[in-house]
Amino acid sequence: MNTESLVVSCENGILKARVLGDIDHHCAKPIREKIDDYIFKYKPDLVLLDLSLVEFMDSSGLGLILGRFNTANEIGADFKIYSPSRGVRKILELAGIERLIKIEGELRG
Amino acid sequence: MKNKENQMKLYLPSLSINESVARSAVAVFVAQLNPTIEEISDIKCAVSEAVTNSIVHGYKFCQGEIYIGVKYYSDRTVVIEIKDKGCGIEDVKLAMTPLFTTDTTGERSGMGFAVMQTFMDNLEVYSKKDKGVRIVMEKKLK
Repeated sequence: MNTESLVVSCENGILKARVLGDIDHHCAKPIREKIDDYIFKYKPDLVLLDLSLVEFMDSSGLGLILGRFNTANEIGADFKIYSPSRGVRKILELAGIERLIKIEGELRG
Repeated sequence: MKNKENQMKLYLPSLSINESVARSAVAVFVAQLNPTIEEISDIKCAVSEAVTNSIVHGYKFCQGEIYIGVKYYSDRTVVIEIKDKGCGIEDVKLAMTPLFTTDTTGERSGMGFAVMQTFMDNLEVYSKKDKGVRIVMEKKLK
């Protein structure tokens, strides 16, 4: 597991998962496994997927997001996405993710 | 499209670590045209989708080679061709339907072709069962 691809913290019922670097098919697997482990371990009220440091994401990221949204739902937790880049937002919009998942944070280039 | 100005040909084994190699190499090549950030981001994403498809689906059962060809023309049209010799697609039209996926792990979104279609100006997919897949996509830069 590449520990540098993800930083996770849990405080006051909020599990913050900050992804570092690109999200593609190659690196999605360790990221999703680690986030799921933390969700089941901490049973948070809210899972916040922080994408503020992700410069590139392809449709593998959509699978990753929807999968974690489902994991959060399983334990009754809310799920939000934080601060996606303009490029990442474009692909989220194409898939209609914002109809399902709340996106927070300022629009950034 | 007028005259061909430059081209790049790249062959990579179907290792998932090469997804980032492929899109980065194409981005570096296309950077010669001074594209906008959005244009380069769109192209990287489309290349990533096509190469990932070859790795995940085409070469699901065996490793093989992926060809990535990029050309640009004097009118700033970029043409990207991505080919594999994998298991091919039985029904191309069905495969291109948004949200359709043959994956059963629930981790693939089925949006790969939709991304290529949306982020590029033109997309053509040629395939037959057991005959690999050839994708040609075009984008005219501003």
